[in-house]
Amino acid sequence: MAMNDLLRIEGLKLAVARTGLEVVKDVSFSVAPGEIVGIVGESGSGKTLVARSIMALEPPAIRRIAGSIRFQGKDIARLSPRELRHLRGAHIGMVFQEPMTSLNPSMLIGRQLDEGLALHSHLNAKGRRTLILDMLRRVGIKDPERALEGYPHQFSGGTCQRIMLAAVMLLLPDLLIADEPTTGLDAVVQRDVLELMVELTRGHGTAVLMISHDLSMLARYADRIIVMCKGEIVEQGVTQDLLQSPRHPYTQKLLAAMPRRLPKRGLSPSVQPMVEVSDLVVDYHGRKSLFRKESGKRVLHGVSLAIKPREVVALVGGSGSGKTTLGRTIAGLLDPAGGEIRFAGQPVRRGSEGWTNYRLNCQMVFQDPYSSLDPRMTVAGLVREALRVVPEMNYREKMDRVREILRDVGLDETFAGRYPHELSGGQRQRVAIARALVRRPAFVIADEPVSALDVTVRAQVLDLIADLQQRHGFSCLFISHNLGVVEQVADRVIVMRDGLIVEEGDRDRIFDQPQDPYTVKLLSAVPVLEATANGGVRLRWRHNHISRGHVATP
Amino acid sequence: MKLLAPNAILGGLINGVVGVCALVGAVWTPFDPLKINFSARLQPPGPVYWLGTDEFGRDVLSRLMAAAATSVWISLLTVMAAISAGTVVGLLTGYLRGWTDRILMAFNDALLAFPGILLALGLLAVMGASKYGIILALGLAYTPSVARVVRGTVLSLREKEYVDASRVMGNAEIYTMARHILPNCIAPLAVLATSMFGWALLAESALSFLGLGVPSPAPTWGNMLAESRSFIGQAVWLGIFPGLCISLTLLGINLLGDVVRDKLDPRMQGI
Repeated sequence: MAMNDLLRIEGLKLAVARTGLEVVKDVSFSVAPGEIVGIVGESGSGKTLVARSIMALEPPAIRRIAGSIRFQGKDIARLSPRELRHLRGAHIGMVFQEPMTSLNPSMLIGRQLDEGLALHSHLNAKGRRTLILDMLRRVGIKDPERALEGYPHQFSGGTCQRIMLAAVMLLLPDLLIADEPTTGLDAVVQRDVLELMVELTRGHGTAVLMISHDLSMLARYADRIIVMCKGEIVEQGVTQDLLQSPRHPYTQKLLAAMPRRLPKRGLSPSVQPMVEVSDLVVDYHGRKSLFRKESGKRVLHGVSLAIKPREVVALVGGSGSGKTTLGRTIAGLLDPAGGEIRFAGQPVRRGSEGWTNYRLNCQMVFQDPYSSLDPRMTVAGLVREALRVVPEMNYREKMDRVREILRDVGLDETFAGRYPHELSGGQRQRVAIARALVRRPAFVIADEPVSALDVTVRAQVLDLIADLQQRHGFSCLFISHNLGVVEQVADRVIVMRDGLIVEEGDRDRIFDQPQDPYTVKLLSAVPVLEATANGGVRLRWRHNHISRGHVATP
Repeated sequence: MKLLAPNAILGGLINGVVGVCALVGAVWTPFDPLKINFSARLQPPGPVYWLGTDEFGRDVLSRLMAAAATSVWISLLTVMAAISAGTVVGLLTGYLRGWTDRILMAFNDALLAFPGILLALGLLAVMGASKYGIILALGLAYTPSVARVVRGTVLSLREKEYVDASRVMGNAEIYTMARHILPNCIAPLAVLATSMFGWALLAESALSFLGLGVPSPAPTWGNMLAESRSFIGQAVWLGIFPGLCISLTLLGINLLGDVVRDKLDPRMQGI
């Protein structure tokens, strides 16, 4: 490694201060000026701790026990608090995961942007304002004058992240650390923000250390990739080489976990649909309270769809597209303002004749495995509860069925007596799936069932869902914002935007010949995978232009 | 399992002693707490009367023990009454929302705006002083804060996906409420109940002190304290011991309350 490295970390070890448990073990890497380096790892891999220690911002419970961090040749550990403050912001900028919480909600955008500039530059107020307006324009804010007078909550998550990026880039740092910068955003916005980040940093020669759990995202932008697992760097190398010929088994596992298209399944084409939804309209009523007055809002403007027996239909769209509302309405958790849901040819509505039958046959898997299981019930209790309203089974039959389904989802006997907090995220989601399937429903709605999970766990859970679907033969409405996941599981894809269906069709057709511009945009965020001979993958991007999205002003 | 904190031990010890005294005092005391004995008036603490006697020659220790039984029993019933009434109101308003919520909560807020002791004073003045009058009055006065706590918890719990999951399973609303929402309210309720026990004990003593509590000659710590005022110059022990009982019991309860809070507060878990 050359001496002119911008950042050089050698033998870094971090440990929990109280117990001495090493959470980062002997990490060494360097970043050259202007280089984009990606760190990929799952939760608990120590990637965020490494990033934070570069700015000497490790949490108080974590202590550095060995190693050195040199930035522009200076040892970070030897700097005085004053020198450190000068380094932060002016030379090293940081973009955090949650734009909504990293901007101060009680401060005007203009003042927040001005804060760093006033601290680190010698410009007067007018000069700073010109600079700020110019930067806001560059990050794609349409009416920057007005944006300065707004508060963070008046902007969407994507716009907030652009503003955050503007605030950091205003100071022209030498290094930008981006910790999961787009994880909370939907696919289209995510791509826009990343392209913008790359464009801005390239222009200034700023190096970027990008941290993410999403290998395909890093692969697109990073020059080099560092793979971390359980506090260690298991592999690092130039992006292309790493992807196409991974050496470490963990890297191979990560690559194998990338969702890919499975061969098309044969479904008999002309059968009666199992679930039919026609012209569904859903309104959210305005809520009146002392502090807020919201007007009512129509979130679904007449949506129709049909799902055949054994079919997996994916519902995709960005945040705010109404896909979750549609799922919840079909599940009977929301009452539609208009339209009809038919199950097996019979219209169903809360309280109607076919309702009980529908209720027994339609189940749901929720997004967040941490909130979908009652913390005070055991695994067996949670799953058995789903059988409570099945009248024709006795206790023994129910217990047998519970044991059987738990085995099906890959949880052995020892799990039955455990509580949710004793399980990992993946295991929790398995319990949630078991609970939904224990009744042998004909129709399952899965609302983002894997988006809260780590990549390798996600792959396992997706395989599990596919496998169970094959064996039990239920139809499935699979809601997701992640097209990669959808490509793997769906037979048919429905694309939603702003409460309307914009495109609908066979999976291969949607992915290979998208018609609607919105679908094209969604697809540009996911790569096409081609396997290479030595266990790696080659990524191809469908559309590689840098585009500026439309950004609203408050 | 880590070692108990010192204040858990101290709090447990104090409450244990008070509890045992109350239990014993309910069935047996060294002397009859009501028996008047003019030959032994205003005796200072000594080998026969450990904590002395009062102006009628009644044994102070016996009276304190009997009073402990009364006070603890009244406080317990008060807390139970407030918790059950408040939980029902909180569950209904939090889960059903809408008009039920608005009406019940408006009433609740009005009650909450009244100082508890003032409300109890008023009610007791109307109904006349008695044991059950106190329980009713204090229970009513404490119900609104329970309702608030439960409603707040329910509001956050009903957004949880496991509540949706229960509805998707086809469970009735009342079942969902009882099975998934109520058990998850227990932690904040337990914390509230501990400190409420202390408030009730103090309020009961205050009411007795003011002459609105359990009527004489039945002893309570409050009325013993009140009666001691006339003899403060000649027999200081008459005031000291009931006062000490009240203070120590409250200290014990507050120490235990902290422990309960640390144990049950989800934010404290995993530390």
